Amino acid sequence: MNEDFDLLIIGAGPAGMAAALAAAPSGLRIGVIDDNPLPGGQIWRDGVHAHLPANARRHRAALAAAENIRLFSATRVVAIAGPQQLLLEDDERAWRAHYAKLILCTGARELLLPFPGWTLPGVTGAGGLQALIKGGVPVAGERLVIAGSGPLLLASAASAKQAGAKVLRIAEQAPPAALAAFALQLPRWPSKLLQALQLFDASYRSNSHVLAALGEERLEAVRLQQNGKLVEIPCKRLACGFGLLPNTHLGQALGCRIAGQAIAVDQWQACSLSDHYAAGECTGFGGSELALIEGAIAGHSAIGAQAKARALWPQRQHWQAFADRLGRSFALDPRLKQLAAADTLVCRCEDVSYGEIAGCSGWVDAKLHSRCGMGACQGRICGGATQFLFDWPTPTPRPPLSPARIESLLQLAEPDEAG
Amino acid sequence: MIELILDGLALRVAAGSTVAAALYLGGDGSSRTSVGDQRRAPVCGMGICQECRVSIDGQRRLACQTLCQPGMCVETHA
Repeated sequence: MNEDFDLLIIGAGPAGMAAALAAAPSGLRIGVIDDNPLPGGQIWRDGVHAHLPANARRHRAALAAAENIRLFSATRVVAIAGPQQLLLEDDERAWRAHYAKLILCTGARELLLPFPGWTLPGVTGAGGLQALIKGGVPVAGERLVIAGSGPLLLASAASAKQAGAKVLRIAEQAPPAALAAFALQLPRWPSKLLQALQLFDASYRSNSHVLAALGEERLEAVRLQQNGKLVEIPCKRLACGFGLLPNTHLGQALGCRIAGQAIAVDQWQACSLSDHYAAGECTGFGGSELALIEGAIAGHSAIGAQAKARALWPQRQHWQAFADRLGRSFALDPRLKQLAAADTLVCRCEDVSYGEIAGCSGWVDAKLHSRCGMGACQGRICGGATQFLFDWPTPTPRPPLSPARIESLLQLAEPDEAG
Repeated sequence: MIELILDGLALRVAAGSTVAAALYLGGDGSSRTSVGDQRRAPVCGMGICQECRVSIDGQRRLACQTLCQPGMCVETHA
């Protein structure tokens, strides 16, 4: 079975929703594909324990009300099926989507770095914990530690406290001077200043990072380097994330140019490949405010509404400046490259240790000597880690782009029905 | 409430809960056994890391991106 779209959008987070709504007045047939059960992406993730902000509810209502927008939730992009064609899969079927134009709004994932004990049950990402709580994972009364870097640590702590957890420590690796300089700049973005004040937590410590997760079968305690001192905190959970990485896999597979770690775009949010656009975190970290504006610019551009797109450029510049400031303030300390021991697993899918790949010259060498990056996540976790640890460039994605059923992949061998 | 089966035992969870939540509500939270024989649990919470893959009615699915459905049969030792 095939379906035709004038505009296909991958990702239903703030960028994807804004793109669809900006393009909707054209009357074109718009499809929005998202792998989660409900739209919202990560920051507007809905769930049994989620509290959606008013702006998220407005976007969802507008998306549902637009007759020419069809949302496909719990649906993954499995492969590129041909020119301007993607193979999609949900729980029941697989099908080809043909598109005239595509907007990539694939978001970002957390940078997870290996340290002794990080594979123990009880250790999650920082945003990971927040997402799990929203989905109904119970944390009431649990002792937990949050570590890593970036504003997500405070957001994760707020969600955990709201769900009844006891947040014992928030360990931020950035030095106090960097955080102070960041705080001084915050009045330029008043809504962010307010957010920072609301999220402030007395257990927050700068210049502090995780050394090890301790426990036999599951997490029992966390060892931290806290401003030069070694401390151990007994706890049930550790939520640890070191910032965000753009999800570029699909963009790379399509042949879009990558700059730094993100999908490269021009002022119209257009990629190097014609008729392809990208917006939001997959084009570089920026937060939901920037994602919404970039998404709207991409949506307007894709339907030829250049004047409307151009009118949003100053707003994009305003929030891009915030993102740049954030990136500089929370730059990762090179000392974090020394966290893993020889027997610490780097590739969690194939259980490949740091010692097995530390001497390798790059991805190809590592794959020749081990199964690093060849498991179910296809290097999405260890690829980010090895880029930070060894400066290896992001591995080239191979089909299938996400684990898929054999019946779905067999469709790639069938002749294309539609023209 | 929704009733489902987790590793052979009946479990009731609030409607709208993910299977990842069910793993904690009805068990120790773990989802699979790694190639090195370690138990693992959900990590990224957003469909990237694949650590939360479980068997649901015989199909390999991600616990963090799947909502509990009545009568669903979830296996973490498959």
